[in-house]
Amino acid sequence: MADRISDIWGARTPYAAGQEWPVRVDEQLAPDADPGRVRWVPSACVLCSNGCGCDIAVQDGRMVGVRGHAADRISHGRLGPKGLFAGWQAASAPDRLRRPQVRRGGRLVETSWDEAMGLLTATSRRLLDEGGPLTHGFYTTGQLFLEEYYTLGVIGKAGLGTPHMDGNTRLCTATAAAALKETFGCDGQPGSYADVDSADAIFLYGHNVAETQTVLWARILDRLAGPDRPALVCVDPRRTNVADAAEVHLPIRPGTNVALLNALIHEVIRTGAVESGYVAAHTVGFDELARTAAAYPPEEAARICDVPAADIRRAAEIFCHAPRVLSTVLQGVYQSHQATAASCQVNNLHLLRGMLGRPGCGLLQMNGQPTSENTRECGADGDLPGFRNWANQTHIGELAKLWRVDPMVIPHWAEPTHAMQIIRYAEQGSIRLLWIVGTNPVVTLPDVARIRRLLAAEQLFVIAQDCFPTETTELADLVLPAAMWGEKEGTFTNTDRTVHHSGKAVDPPGEARADLDIFLDYAHRMDLRDRDGGPLIRWTDPEGAFTAWQECSRGRPCDYTGLSYARLREGPVQWPCDDARPGGTERLYTDGFFPTRAEQCETYGHDLLTGAAVTPEQYALLRPDGRAVLKAAHYLRPDLGAGDFPLLLTTGRTAYHFHTRTKTARAPHLNAAAPAPWVEVSTADAAELGLAEGDLALVESARGAVRLPVRIARGRPGVVFIPFHYGWWDDPADPHRAANELTETAWDPVSKQPQFKLAAVRLSRAGPDDGTAPAPAQTASAAAGREG
Amino acid sequence: MHIATYLGLLHGGENALADTYDVVRTGHADEAGIAHTCRLLAAQCRAHVNALAPIVERYGEHREDEPDRLHAEALPEARTGGVGLLRDLQDLLLLATLVDCSWTAVCQAAQALHDHELIAVVAACQGETKVQQGWLTTQLKAAAPQALLVAR
Repeated sequence: MADRISDIWGARTPYAAGQEWPVRVDEQLAPDADPGRVRWVPSACVLCSNGCGCDIAVQDGRMVGVRGHAADRISHGRLGPKGLFAGWQAASAPDRLRRPQVRRGGRLVETSWDEAMGLLTATSRRLLDEGGPLTHGFYTTGQLFLEEYYTLGVIGKAGLGTPHMDGNTRLCTATAAAALKETFGCDGQPGSYADVDSADAIFLYGHNVAETQTVLWARILDRLAGPDRPALVCVDPRRTNVADAAEVHLPIRPGTNVALLNALIHEVIRTGAVESGYVAAHTVGFDELARTAAAYPPEEAARICDVPAADIRRAAEIFCHAPRVLSTVLQGVYQSHQATAASCQVNNLHLLRGMLGRPGCGLLQMNGQPTSENTRECGADGDLPGFRNWANQTHIGELAKLWRVDPMVIPHWAEPTHAMQIIRYAEQGSIRLLWIVGTNPVVTLPDVARIRRLLAAEQLFVIAQDCFPTETTELADLVLPAAMWGEKEGTFTNTDRTVHHSGKAVDPPGEARADLDIFLDYAHRMDLRDRDGGPLIRWTDPEGAFTAWQECSRGRPCDYTGLSYARLREGPVQWPCDDARPGGTERLYTDGFFPTRAEQCETYGHDLLTGAAVTPEQYALLRPDGRAVLKAAHYLRPDLGAGDFPLLLTTGRTAYHFHTRTKTARAPHLNAAAPAPWVEVSTADAAELGLAEGDLALVESARGAVRLPVRIARGRPGVVFIPFHYGWWDDPADPHRAANELTETAWDPVSKQPQFKLAAVRLSRAGPDDGTAPAPAQTASAAAGREG
Repeated sequence: MHIATYLGLLHGGENALADTYDVVRTGHADEAGIAHTCRLLAAQCRAHVNALAPIVERYGEHREDEPDRLHAEALPEARTGGVGLLRDLQDLLLLATLVDCSWTAVCQAAQALHDHELIAVVAACQGETKVQQGWLTTQLKAAAPQALLVAR
């Protein structure tokens, strides 16, 4: 079998437009596994937002490997390097959290579950008595199961009544949700992964799919290797593998997406490529969009974005002439100061050409994490369950009836609090209990020096619930050990609405418990009740939670009522799935009708510049009534602060790691492929700064500094890149090496997604050549001089 | 004709609003979302003043000096804490509302005058002032419960 560490995407299986993507089953077993004795448990991979169907190999009560599902609609049998190694290897890592820990005399010491939960509920009760539910905050993740999000959502919103619930999905997927809501009235991915199979052109905006979703890139590579390869257009300041394969690469200056997209819209209108009938029947807002785009001829965008106008024109020609275009969007757009504004322009481009709801004409506003879709649906983040509108009293009434509580209990006086504001309230001491689940904010939030400081404050009671010790559990007052993937049952939904069931393959280690069981125990001990005096949470297991959620989703755009555990055990299904659509739904909006009616929509929308909420009265005047909203926005120069910081830092993922490497660094092959952080510098900047490959560089911003080895890479001059995965748990000698020592506390005004792609920094040489940087050679991090 | 008086009110009002956005931005720098938007909106108010320049050239400008009545004056300094932020946002909203009223009066006069240039200026600027009011209301609604119930 191929070495899938160096061969990230595996062998090519070329295919032509309209054909099925050929099957290629990938498998990885531990050396000591005996294929004859292995038992296979169906699941899906949780190492990115693809959710590739797979079986977990179990032998002697232990996970010993994994293999892809040939019939899976996402992967057709494939798995990426992370999927092949990280899950099952990390599960048996010797340093898993096995018992609860409590802070005593400044140190974390092991304790029993009964004591741990007793302390949690006593603290929770005391704070509720003293200050009410606004003292409680939840900062969770994009990696729980649907059943866990929904249970937590009900506990927080109907049991406690706090609006302070969000997840690290705010860092990864908030803009996808926000842009879909602004344009189409409601969250919900329009397109399908199968759109790759028939697209004539694929536009990737700030989406390094070759590293973030390796199996999706394998699908695109197989189309590129086929007889009728689609034209690729790549917008990315780095020279990624996508850029190498692209017909047009637009390495724009970070933070200028809106100018580029407005120029594409300008060209679509100028060349008469607008599908006028579709626009007239199915959209509102065209006139203002046209007025705005008129200010961005390609020459103007070229000036702002610092790319040739001819390349913008060429990209526009491809967009205007290709019969079927698939567009995908990710963090290069989402983690910027005009994130939602830019993402909406991608939606607009597809609306202008009427390119939605047909094979190959997809739009994928991507997610970063495997289950982030579920927290958006189930309301454990800054949304209400079932894509309900917090400003719509009827929607609140539906939830109150379902949960048998007074509508006033459900916090709906404003939009639910976003993560960065939850953190701010914790910093100020008005949130006094912060329950962190499955995430590591001490490494992942902007300006981590501040986060470390505020989480360590005496006044804040921090609960960290995780599978592994992390930089965050080190600061917690209470650590709750959680089961991971393969150790619990549940369902989750990937970025193209595909719902998978994931079975329990083995028992969790020690006393670790499923997150669901921890939430249920909390609800029970807190004695959360409905208005009739019955228990608020009436389910006791994953399937019960799923059934309760199905009822909550009934009639909403994310309808799950046609699904069941039995059905999902046979294979994945795309929602909505109900009586009328028993087979699920591959593409949304096939008829050009959108969930924008006032009584249906998830939001009345926002001003894209400020985030000001559109009022119900203003929305009524707009009268979308089932039409999509073309929202226009002018380019706005980013505010990068003062000081002598001439370079722009972007951060991102690399092919071998996920998040803060809690799983991937515990998989030896993955860890060895990228064992430590580095900083990528362009050839021109390196020459000017006198930096050679492997030199130690001091990277400074107004927030902090890191010292990292230099990789002279192929990105655009003026831009440096640092992978965001590296904390210090496996290198305590260097506690200040996280990319987020440098990033700024700033976010998009609509989605509230932090702008990790835009920090002003300076670089200087701090030490001599120490060999080569620990950066991968096959990816965007490849050394300059290597031609793609 | 007293349009000069209202141009003076608008000029003074937009300047006071811009200065107050600056005061709130620097005084509440730790409220990152608010600070960033205040910077934008201060610039927006100053752009409104610039857009008025050709109009002022035509009609002149008269600055009222009536200290004993309600008038637009920038905040001298930001308050502190959650409740302080709430009150600063409230003051900003009052100033923005004052500016909005002045635009409305000028817009009425511009229509009666058939002054297309002034109508266009009002249309461009007053829309932004209304969005500012919307933003301030959004912030106020979100911040009030925490500030009034649990802020320390």
